[in-house]
Amino acid sequence: MLNIFKLSKEEKVRYGLISPSMLMIGFFLLIPISIVFVYSFLQPGTYGGVEWVFSLDAYKQFLFQEDFLTEELQFTSAYLEIFGRSFLQAAIATLLCFMIGFPTAYFIATRPANTQSLWLFAITIPYWVNLLVRTIAMLFIIRDQGPLNEFLMYLDWIDTPIKLAYTPFAVSLGLFYSFLPFMVLPIYTALSRFDMSLLTAAHDLYASRWAALKNVLIPSVSNGIYAGCLLVFIPSIGSFIAPDLLGGGKQLMIGNLIALQFQGSRNWPFGAAIAIILLTIILITLLIFSLRKKGEQQ
Amino acid sequence: MKHSISYYPGTKPITILCLFILYTPLIVISLYSFNSLRSITTWGEFTFDWYIKAFSNPAIQNATMNSLLIAVLASSIATLIALAAAMGMLRGAPLRKQKIVVGVINLPLLLPEIVVAVASLIFFIAIDMTLGLGTILLAHIVFCIPFAYLPISTRLKDIKQSFDEAAYDLYASRWQAFRHVTLPMAMPGIVSGLMLAFVVSLDDFIVANMVAGPGSSTLPMTIYSMLRIGLTPEINAISTILLLISILFVTASWWCNRSSKSTT
Repeated sequence: MLNIFKLSKEEKVRYGLISPSMLMIGFFLLIPISIVFVYSFLQPGTYGGVEWVFSLDAYKQFLFQEDFLTEELQFTSAYLEIFGRSFLQAAIATLLCFMIGFPTAYFIATRPANTQSLWLFAITIPYWVNLLVRTIAMLFIIRDQGPLNEFLMYLDWIDTPIKLAYTPFAVSLGLFYSFLPFMVLPIYTALSRFDMSLLTAAHDLYASRWAALKNVLIPSVSNGIYAGCLLVFIPSIGSFIAPDLLGGGKQLMIGNLIALQFQGSRNWPFGAAIAIILLTIILITLLIFSLRKKGEQQ
Repeated sequence: MKHSISYYPGTKPITILCLFILYTPLIVISLYSFNSLRSITTWGEFTFDWYIKAFSNPAIQNATMNSLLIAVLASSIATLIALAAAMGMLRGAPLRKQKIVVGVINLPLLLPEIVVAVASLIFFIAIDMTLGLGTILLAHIVFCIPFAYLPISTRLKDIKQSFDEAAYDLYASRWQAFRHVTLPMAMPGIVSGLMLAFVVSLDDFIVANMVAGPGSSTLPMTIYSMLRIGLTPEINAISTILLLISILFVTASWWCNRSSKSTT
């Protein structure tokens, strides 16, 4: 720990300047997260809140439910399915973002230096627009009587509207749309540090474009690709708005399950337990990625 | 260029597709907010009626005031806190624990919003704080700090410490050196951070929705509750306004940062 009495005057001033941010985030974020952890080991109160009795019920409830008559614990896959769906949706969104984001980042990185920041800015603007508004805009376009379906019917490509809204695909699309800029930025950063003459060197050694891409370019910018994938995957797996609006309440994901425990079902310890499980999944994902990164550097 | 090995065919169309995907929904929803008919297929005439109708609704007026009040307060306070932290971190030799401090500041970015939302709710109820504008404000300050910190710290890193040293040589106190040398030079970064924090606060729905009390609805919360009736042109109108505010502020923030690069 920091010993305040051993600090010089200058250091005291500097730590003093840093302290408001630490206090603010510590008090209103770190302590609340710790309380969530504690609450996940308590029993639910009758009208929301908690009873201060230690219990592992919240975690058991995740996998088992009590039979009404015999009071025996039976395995239930309902919540696992929600986790599986979240994982799958986040993975699809990450893949879609990569397929569009990587070529885009490459295109921007090969533009003349003075126009690159403008291209990047064009990619980032939509990120700053209210996520709720962006998701509503997506819903507006893809719903049954929306412009997309009307347009396809006008072209006579389809006779009846395609059911897009309130399907699993709509959620993937929404997540992809929400986090696409996150994929482009880190890949671009990695590409802008990449020495393009290495591709020429590969070509001189009779590598095809594809071989140069696969064996030279992609391995060199893998850190940027990992970072982009994390930046899409993590917010996607914990997302709330896209499954809520575009899934029409039928495509629950982890974020919706947590919110429900604090709004509808009023089972706070269970909600807290799911939040802790989600944080653990995110931590493990980050660890795996950072281990891979270390492994590659060696 | 086409024969160069670094040219990959198809990247240009995909980039155009990428921008098309990103912008089309925003442009379409804005266009329909000006259509006098509720129809998708037929265009009546250009009208501001939906805007007038939406903003003559007292609930929406109230929510707009709440949103603006919180965004102004949260972004200013977060910017002050972030500026202090950046000054402490980046003026002088690197501090011990520097990495931990950066980690804590960026923590709000790493956590899923829904987890931040329920953690804040549980905390405010545990300390018996009345849910309302105050609780939204506190929660917003916390996650605005990293957004304000980023451009400010980037800017401060670019300002050479020799400027401070020159000021000290001319008998300036620490405060005078800050007030007359560092602060004016850091201003573009500060303004940029302030505007990003403002947009982030204005954008938030998930956290506000959890920690708001009765009568303290923000604009995104009001839009969300209006969605229960369906997608109305009024929603398009309010969405367009929010969208334009975000784009305006982010463009201004970007401009601040860009024009500042040429002066150092």
